Amino acid sequence: MLIEKFNPLEDEMIQVLNEEGDIIRPEWMPEISDEEVLSLFRTMQKTRAIDSIALSLQRQGRMLTYAASLGQEAAQVGSGYALKKTDWAVPAFRELGMWLTKGWSVDKILQYWYGNEWGSHTGEDLRLLPISVPISSQFQHAVGIGMSIRLKGENDVVMAYTGDGGTSQGDFHEAMNFAGVYRTPNVFVIQNNQYAISVPVVIQTASKNLAMKALAYGMPGILVDGNDLFAVLAVSQQAVAYARETGPVLIEAYTYRMGAHTTSDDPTKYRTDDEVDPWKEKDPLLRVEKYLIKKNLLKQEEIEAMKEALEEEVMEAYRSIEHSSDTEIEEIFSYHYEKMTPQLQDQLDEYRNYLKGAASDGK
Amino acid sequence: MANKINIVQAVQQALQNEMALDPTVVVYGEDVGVEGGVFRATVGLQQEFGKERAFDTPLAESAIVGSAIGMAINGMKPVVEIQFMGFIYPAVNQIVSHAARYRNRTRGLRHLPMVIRAPYGGGIRALEHHSESTEALFAHIPGLKVVIPSTPYDTKGLLIAAIRDPDPVLFLEPKRIYRAFRQDVPEEAYTLPIGKAKVLQEGDDVTVVTWGAMVPDVQKAVSGIEELSIEVIDLRTISPMDRETIIESVEKTGRILVVHEAAKSFGAGAEIIAVVNEKAFLSLEAPPMRLTGFDTTFPLPRGEEHYIPSPERIRHKIRELAAY
Ligand SMILES: Cc1ncc(C[n+]2csc(CCOP(=O)(O)OP(=O)(O)O)c2C)c(N)n1
Ligand SMILES: [Mg+2]
Repeated sequence: MLIEKFNPLEDEMIQVLNEEGDIIRPEWMPEISDEEVLSLFRTMQKTRAIDSIALSLQRQGRMLTYAASLGQEAAQVGSGYALKKTDWAVPAFRELGMWLTKGWSVDKILQYWYGNEWGSHTGEDLRLLPISVPISSQFQHAVGIGMSIRLKGENDVVMAYTGDGGTSQGDFHEAMNFAGVYRTPNVFVIQNNQYAISVPVVIQTASKNLAMKALAYGMPGILVDGNDLFAVLAVSQQAVAYARETGPVLIEAYTYRMGAHTTSDDPTKYRTDDEVDPWKEKDPLLRVEKYLIKKNLLKQEEIEAMKEALEEEVMEAYRSIEHSSDTEIEEIFSYHYEKMTPQLQDQLDEYRNYLKGAASDGK
Repeated sequence: MANKINIVQAVQQALQNEMALDPTVVVYGEDVGVEGGVFRATVGLQQEFGKERAFDTPLAESAIVGSAIGMAINGMKPVVEIQFMGFIYPAVNQIVSHAARYRNRTRGLRHLPMVIRAPYGGGIRALEHHSESTEALFAHIPGLKVVIPSTPYDTKGLLIAAIRDPDPVLFLEPKRIYRAFRQDVPEEAYTLPIGKAKVLQEGDDVTVVTWGAMVPDVQKAVSGIEELSIEVIDLRTISPMDRETIIESVEKTGRILVVHEAAKSFGAGAEIIAVVNEKAFLSLEAPPMRLTGFDTTFPLPRGEEHYIPSPERIRHKIRELAAY
């Protein structure tokens, strides 16, 4: 298996699909049908459609702070697709492609970013945890789910995500260490997009790569081209199989954050176009697009039509939540405990009384 | 010489002044160096003082605070930034178990002249965990000082005082009003006393105590009440609390309202009212009141307008107290 043979100390990176859209390592090509490739391509396009619509809505004042996934679609979709429906996914906050793959609906995703807690009510039968903003804290939960899977004798896998910045947190190390000790069925995915806001990865670590950190916790670590859908999928499938049978694995998906950290960020303050431009040629969608066109599975016009249809679908989802998403006052209070405490009840009553009075004062 | 600056610029200027005056002052944290901070509070410092004294760190709050403790032990004056108050929690072990205790447990041999800065508070339509006001958590810890300014002038004077203070200070910056208004502020370094509240306006009928980003809201509320004479106190330091200013005021007015953004139960308002009960009970003409955030997580933006007491609600509450 790739996973066991791979030596992250050698600092090599797994690649299957090159920038021309050619398969350079057929022996590693995951076993997927053409229909599946098309469907993954579509999900990557959808990821991009959501990003582009969210960013334009944000500029119009119809969306709040938003963290785009631009450039990281292959890392997200490829890893997420390796999971079964019964496997768990534990996100950070920049895994849009994985969320879609796992089944979080577009309207819910947009509702979250548009500032309503209902967005995190991801759905009863979805084994996907909500976004976790405190960096790498979610790794611990992923390990706990993994421990419980072992204890309950279940056969599921837990895939957890963080960023390159996330590897600096104590929580990251503590979780990885637990996973190593308890041999939990965890796959840890680091999307190394080279930045934590303005801070480049060389300031996060003096390690040559992030995958090698796995060795110290007694688990395999593998470095994969995060802009290569097939490589990410191949590595993730193997990692998931390994986690299910044997124990935890760490994947470093080497990629690049093409856009700003969030809509509040201005990357021109800390990086140059000279640095960004070469990454445009490594675009993860472009590669799959070239592959599909060469294989005669898709035509350029069809891609344009797909994009348009997806953008319309996303706008539709947005319109469904745009006006209906103001929080009900009672909901601010009623979800903290199974039953509202007397204190909360008092505060709710007092606030409602105030509003009633203010309304009758004509204010 | 004075310059007209806002609160976030006052933070930057305080840091700049102190770094120029004292070579032991160093500034670091996430995105603090090259970018100059996500709120631009440390902008220009790396250019002026070099990468050794103003720098970016890995994404690790515990190490940011823990290393600051080590620096302070060896004679430096670190001023570290926690990007948002909601991200201070990984560092709580270092703050509570070490920063707050060093002087006492070494019987004064080792003390920690360090400052932890963090923007706090909500009302800016932010993402989850970006709207925290948990000053009471830290004010409860013996050995820490907790300062919250509300104006550019106070920000600069108090931050410089915090840097010069021989003990650890948690300096919480009201990000909702970071850029709300400008004030004439001396360009040179100056200090204001930590532990001293400020009477913003004198009055005889009601005392209102508040701090941070709520101060302009209280001022707005009060300016709409002609029939009452209201004393407004900007607490400025949560701990150690300026009891004298509060007591003196309540002895005069007999009525006190505390307005804060943080959740109500076990908040700083409870401590203020306890002090009033202990020291000015016999002057009270009405039960002390609080108007605060709810005992809930700060709601996401589509619900946040309900959480922070508005000037209208404050006005309403003041009238309720006055009429009691
Ligand atoms: C504990 C904590 N500290 C600080 C932050 C503020 N913050 C949000 S994202 C981010 C950078 C994250 O970088 P990385 O892990 O590489 O993920 P990326 O944003 O690149 O996807 C920071 C510092 C946070 N959310 N949580
Ligand atoms: Mg990153």
